[in-house]
Amino acid sequence: MKVLVAIKRVVDAYVKVRVKSDGSGVETNNVKMAINPFCEIAVEEAIRLREAGSADEVVVVSIGALACQEQLRTALALGADRAIHIETEQVPEPLSVAKLLHAVMEKEQPGLVLLGKQSIDTDNNQVAQMLAALSGRPQGTFASAVQVQGQDVMVTREIDGGLETLKLNLPAIISTDLRLNEPRYASLPNIMKAKRKPMEVLSAESLGVTLIQHQQVLEVMSPPQRRAGIVVSGVDELVDKLRNEAKVID
Amino acid sequence: MTDKVLVIAEHNSQYPAVDTLRTLQAAQSLHSDIDVMVIGYGCEAVAEALRTCQGIDRVWLADDAVYEHHLAENMAELIADVGKDYRHILAPATTFGKNLLPRVAALLDVGQLSDVVEIESADTVVRPIYAGNALCRVKSLDAIKVMTIRSSAFASVSTQGGNAQVSALEQVIKSTQSQFIERQQAQSERPQLGAARVVVSGGRGLGSKQQFQLVEQLADKLGGAIGASRAAVDAGFVSNDLQVGQTGKIVAPELYIAVGISGAIQHVAGMKDSKVIVAINSDPDAPIFQLADYGLVGDLFEIMPKLIDAL
Repeated sequence: MKVLVAIKRVVDAYVKVRVKSDGSGVETNNVKMAINPFCEIAVEEAIRLREAGSADEVVVVSIGALACQEQLRTALALGADRAIHIETEQVPEPLSVAKLLHAVMEKEQPGLVLLGKQSIDTDNNQVAQMLAALSGRPQGTFASAVQVQGQDVMVTREIDGGLETLKLNLPAIISTDLRLNEPRYASLPNIMKAKRKPMEVLSAESLGVTLIQHQQVLEVMSPPQRRAGIVVSGVDELVDKLRNEAKVID
Repeated sequence: MTDKVLVIAEHNSQYPAVDTLRTLQAAQSLHSDIDVMVIGYGCEAVAEALRTCQGIDRVWLADDAVYEHHLAENMAELIADVGKDYRHILAPATTFGKNLLPRVAALLDVGQLSDVVEIESADTVVRPIYAGNALCRVKSLDAIKVMTIRSSAFASVSTQGGNAQVSALEQVIKSTQSQFIERQQAQSERPQLGAARVVVSGGRGLGSKQQFQLVEQLADKLGGAIGASRAAVDAGFVSNDLQVGQTGKIVAPELYIAVGISGAIQHVAGMKDSKVIVAINSDPDAPIFQLADYGLVGDLFEIMPKLIDAL
């Protein structure tokens, strides 16, 4: 079975982003970029499925400017077999991403598609569900355990209030949650080897997808700043402040 | 197409989730008639409870065994079919709504607005991006606006005074590709994390599952819910559904007490809109103190018992 993994290049999770003063977006120039953490977990899971014999090929795909080939190379160094870069200058919306990935699915016919549950930049949490709808396939979102069993896959999902297990027919679309696994690091020899692994470059046109704008960002703003707080001297002062100043306890 | 709003109700077959009541409040800001859709099995009580909520015109009830476990595949198809005649489709931004609504949007070939915190007009909303470090004003260009609502940003609608009509939906869409196996529900007597007035959260600083009981004792003293940082969940102190943060629950209680939590960007994303924030931490340089209204620096194993006693 072939596993297709979609990854996104995003601002590193540890960077505190700054909103541009003209309200057009956040500052991404000279900011450290990385594979979206949830996508890293998806890559790791695909590699583990191959190591367990449930998969025989892992293909990674990313959509965006030329720079996202850097993240595809990282995924190849982690163990993916080959990469597909869909080059676009504009940043496509989730529905367009889902349409592009659907076109790749038609071409590659994977048995399983893995994605992160959300990207930490736009925080949408939409692409996997949209891709499942477009391809008419079942979805296992927010997965914390994945087990392939013949023609099915068992997915344990993190839901509000606990965990839920579903059985999905393959091919299925799965989005990863934080506790699915702990991604490995790429070793230096593997980073060198990754440079020779195949990278196919496609365009939206070549996949027959027209990118339609569904939403228009009017303004990106800084959130309201909280008033500076105080450090209290001890428990008694804290209780007094909560009771008499903030009035949040009786 | 009508000008109406369709709200997808989250429920436990007995009563609507508080997130549903808050989504209904958000729907009110669209100033048009509101219909609610209840999908499940044996959930007439939910339809009955919603019938009397303020400002609702009609309750659609799809009650059949095929909808018992709220699987996305057949539910999305049903919602897209009913929803194509609406101008807005709303659901709470809980794991229920997040799982379901993007699938509905794609079936309708429209985009989705996720985690909306403010509705400015029929087509323009505000939503947080980058773990809440920026707010984005965004305008939908689609004919049908599909959006999930961040519960913590809205109050609940009144559950009294309304008199909506309940109409049964007869479409039975089977789920052929996915099958429910089991659900492990975490049991708790404490208030729900998302709806609690007070939340006490613990982090790695608690050190062990046993010592996490200090957080539970303080929460119980204050009648609050307990929460946790990712580090505390990963260390096995509490179950994952109590995680507060960018990828866990987003809360905005009146009082949030962070115990042994450093205040990473991802955690702060889930609690920074709390009315009053208290931080208890041994590290005076922990980023959480930049956010806290009241900070207490010191050994939490000395502070916590004293604090529990003092209340």
